[in-house]
Amino acid sequence: MTEIGLGHYLTLGAVIFSIGVIGIFLNRKNIIVILMSIELILLAVNINLVSFSIFLGDLAGQVFTLFILTVAAAEAAIGLAIIVVYFRNSGTIRVEEIDRLKG
Amino acid sequence: MIAHSIFFYTFSLIAIISAIMVTASKNTVHSVFFLILDFISISCLFIMIGAEFLGMIMLIVYVGAVAVLFLFVVMMLNVAQQKNQWFAAKDSSKHIPFGLIISTLIFVEIIIVIGGWKYKPEIFDINNSFTQLSVSNTHSLGQILYTDYIHIFQISGMILLVAMIGAIVLTFRQRSGVKRQSYIKQISRERAEGVEVLKVETNKGVRIDD
Repeated sequence: MTEIGLGHYLTLGAVIFSIGVIGIFLNRKNIIVILMSIELILLAVNINLVSFSIFLGDLAGQVFTLFILTVAAAEAAIGLAIIVVYFRNSGTIRVEEIDRLKG
Repeated sequence: MIAHSIFFYTFSLIAIISAIMVTASKNTVHSVFFLILDFISISCLFIMIGAEFLGMIMLIVYVGAVAVLFLFVVMMLNVAQQKNQWFAAKDSSKHIPFGLIISTLIFVEIIIVIGGWKYKPEIFDINNSFTQLSVSNTHSLGQILYTDYIHIFQISGMILLVAMIGAIVLTFRQRSGVKRQSYIKQISRERAEGVEVLKVETNKGVRIDD
């Protein structure tokens, strides 16, 4: 119990990943919370990569974490820009009111 | 070793609770605050486990850029429960306890991680290869990032550039009915179209048409 090993960090990553997925599916508010859940999922992946990198002694995991960080930042910027444009056009970003693509 | 486990359980508990609060809280602004708290907890974990560079980068990129961007968009779109006046006198009392709790937690975490930094050699004894070389984490990461992974590094820079241009192009709006100064029009103006010499007759005046 007091010995913190690789399994503890992987469990933490799994819990945060699951919370992110649940947040995507159970969300009834707006799209911004969905974007935040995606950020949580990417954070869980980062936890996994960093803990493997530390416990196995290979630096490649931290390098990949750096690239995931870059892609997450770009994704957040583009997603928020799309949300701003959508809000400007339709006036709402509530999840159940966005049904334009269903026809 | 016991200190390491106490720190791990503290940070991971805060991280999990704040991750639940990100998805469960009614107010979107509170979600963003809890997202900031979550990122700070995870970056403290990274610093404690020995990946200092990534912990600091995560603080800078996520807390400094991404979360503030989220907060900015939430406040700009005005989508939360309270429809108006975030900082009005009537509603601000609801936001103050959340802000106080979260900032106190962040402060305590930073104090803990400073304390944990001092006991760093004894709280984790992981026999990885790169900590024994008396090279810091940032140094060794830079050594392989700029040699082995240089192409992927350049490509990630291109991704950031494309994302920046894309965000600007998406949100750019050409407004109609706004008077703007046009330098090209001003500079390329000729004398013939600006000044006209008229022959004024007495008692008649000049008719101006523009």
